Amino acid sequence: MSARDDVLARVRRALATDEPSIGDVPRTYRQRGDRPPGDPALIDLFVERLTDYRAHARRTTTDDVAGHVARAISEGLDQPGRDRHAPPRIVVPSGLPTNWLSATDADVIPDAGLTVDELDACDGVVTAASVAIAETGTIVLDGESDQGRRAISLVPDLHVCVVRTDQIVETVPEGVARLDPGRPLTWISGPSATSDIELDRVEGVHGPRTLHVVLLDG
Amino acid sequence: MVMIEGGPFRHDADPNTATAPRGVGHLRGDVAFPTAARAALTDSQLRRNIGKATGTIRAKRADVVAEVADWEQLREAGRACKAATMARLPELLVQLEERVVAAGGTVHWARDAVEANAIVVDLVRATGSDEVVKVKSMATQEIGLNEALAEAGIAALETDLAELIVQLGDDTPSHILVPAIHRNRAEIREIFLREMPGVDPELTDEPRRLAMAARTHLRRRFLSARVGVSGANFAVAETGTLSVVESEGNGRMCLTLPDTLITVMGIEKIVPTWRDLEVFLQLLPRSSTGERMNPYTSMWTGVHPGDGPQDVHLVLLDNGRTATLADEVGRQALACIRCSACLNVCPVYERTGGHAYGSVYPGPIGAILSPQLTGIADNASLPFASSLCGACYDVCPVKINIPEVLVHLRARHVEERRASRTVPNAEELSMAAVGWVMAEPRRYAAAQRAARAGRMLAGGRGRIRSLPPPLSAWTASRDLPAPPTETFRDWWARTHADDDRSDHTSRASSSDSGRHTS
Repeated sequence: MSARDDVLARVRRALATDEPSIGDVPRTYRQRGDRPPGDPALIDLFVERLTDYRAHARRTTTDDVAGHVARAISEGLDQPGRDRHAPPRIVVPSGLPTNWLSATDADVIPDAGLTVDELDACDGVVTAASVAIAETGTIVLDGESDQGRRAISLVPDLHVCVVRTDQIVETVPEGVARLDPGRPLTWISGPSATSDIELDRVEGVHGPRTLHVVLLDG
Repeated sequence: MVMIEGGPFRHDADPNTATAPRGVGHLRGDVAFPTAARAALTDSQLRRNIGKATGTIRAKRADVVAEVADWEQLREAGRACKAATMARLPELLVQLEERVVAAGGTVHWARDAVEANAIVVDLVRATGSDEVVKVKSMATQEIGLNEALAEAGIAALETDLAELIVQLGDDTPSHILVPAIHRNRAEIREIFLREMPGVDPELTDEPRRLAMAARTHLRRRFLSARVGVSGANFAVAETGTLSVVESEGNGRMCLTLPDTLITVMGIEKIVPTWRDLEVFLQLLPRSSTGERMNPYTSMWTGVHPGDGPQDVHLVLLDNGRTATLADEVGRQALACIRCSACLNVCPVYERTGGHAYGSVYPGPIGAILSPQLTGIADNASLPFASSLCGACYDVCPVKINIPEVLVHLRARHVEERRASRTVPNAEELSMAAVGWVMAEPRRYAAAQRAARAGRMLAGGRGRIRSLPPPLSAWTASRDLPAPPTETFRDWWARTHADDDRSDHTSRASSSDSGRHTS
């Protein structure tokens, strides 16, 4: 008997005597928030939760998104003790709106299958997002062309993420409902962190040590 | 494990293959819990470290749980979802396999640790690589994968900060979430200075500096890794999606940069539908690290062309899980999502630390999971490693009734030993004697008066520190209060002399059983 058949037979045997019932899952928990996506109070909550985990957040409109992206890049790279290129090298996914980058003086490198070492030579990355969850301060990337493959938002040390305010939902269930499980998904809540030393949280380990979120109205 | 004809407990027909095999993996300690705990209790530094860390995390967890108004509804949904998963496990496993394969992945099945290790070794060899980077995973710890890879000449590099501390310190994990919880910052600094090649000799014990040292140490290894090995927090049967919940980004590195990804997962990690994640992604981070959401959660479904590993494997592991599933009471242990909240609130764990449990699963959940995976005989002391205070049940995000399972396993242990022996042991003899005495009020009264003679055994502080065998087993780990000079029954008779004598015996008996109302 193959291991597969054997394990399945064991599982069936284990359940055979009492045949446990398959109850419905009671979904009496909150499945949606009180406010619609993009509600001003939600945006405030999202910003509060982001900053609580030491992410940076700034709000802007379509007219000035390029200026805010440029400032997020320069502030994000202006960290003590950080090696950086001059001008800084910023990787972007192929489908990122080009007008978001019109104000930065960085060297913008579109990802056309960069090697890992080439990504490691980049100072930062700018992406869009798929969904944001206000209550938990979470952004989710799904590999769409304005977000790119997973490695580009991982290897560079600064992540600037542009979130449209109508992408912000209140609760986790609303976020899950908007995602396509067929895509590679990365949920991001603040910069990389660890609680492994005396169970206290410190930010900045292997993932991007700095996360700037640009909230784009309208 | 022993078959018990007609007994209340049911066991798998073929025990030798259903429980986790001996001689491989980390589910059994070298010594029983009481002995290991006694040694741990003499280590005051260990107790300080664990007390500080668990105190910190308890407060954080309480804060973030308190801000969720529907926490109890989420717990109930989590419990029900896992119960439904167990009831439908055969079909869900087949469905998961279909979806993973349809998405370009390969699925392997392992009856036990030996088979799982062999599968992973073969897969790594096929890539030609002699090194793997690992995401922290309880399943691969459980089966001793690192040792199996080492025997095959393959180096396994742990990348989680706490796992790295344990690996560099040639130590063993002592907590599910934070395997190096028994080390404080000064000790971690010393380990890094001693074991990390090229580490900055000016390294301080500031946690941020320590984390940076780990980043520098692992960076090149991540960027050049060709094979990643992970566990999985959840696998969605409906979609074939696997997920890893983490903090540092080491998980993302291992799941994203290598060409080959091998995930080893216990068969109980399945959830039926995509939507079920909306429950567990709320329960797990708040229960585990006390965060509203952990920094990173990765989800992948088979192979994603042009993004991440293009050679993706899933190893489905039994290793005693079906034996656990066969126990109608004990199977709820399989609902565990490895948050470790029960460890952090446990008064026993807080004093002994994790090593005393002898298994990669310590604390209250370990006390009910390890003995079921191995068969109770191999971890017989663990169900007794608890004061049954119930704090673990209160914090469990999927409402595993740990005290209930502990008591159940204690009873199973006694049943199994009785069935395997013809000569009764001291405990059974004493229980039988107590049963005979208590069945008859006159015998009970006489026995109580006899016990007063026991005062002679007690020292000046009214404690009996040692009794002759077989009762020495009790006094080996605790003192026994000396019997009072007057029994309750005698006191009652003396102070209620006016009461109807004919009613005395039955009323006194009632009082003895706690229903005294006058």
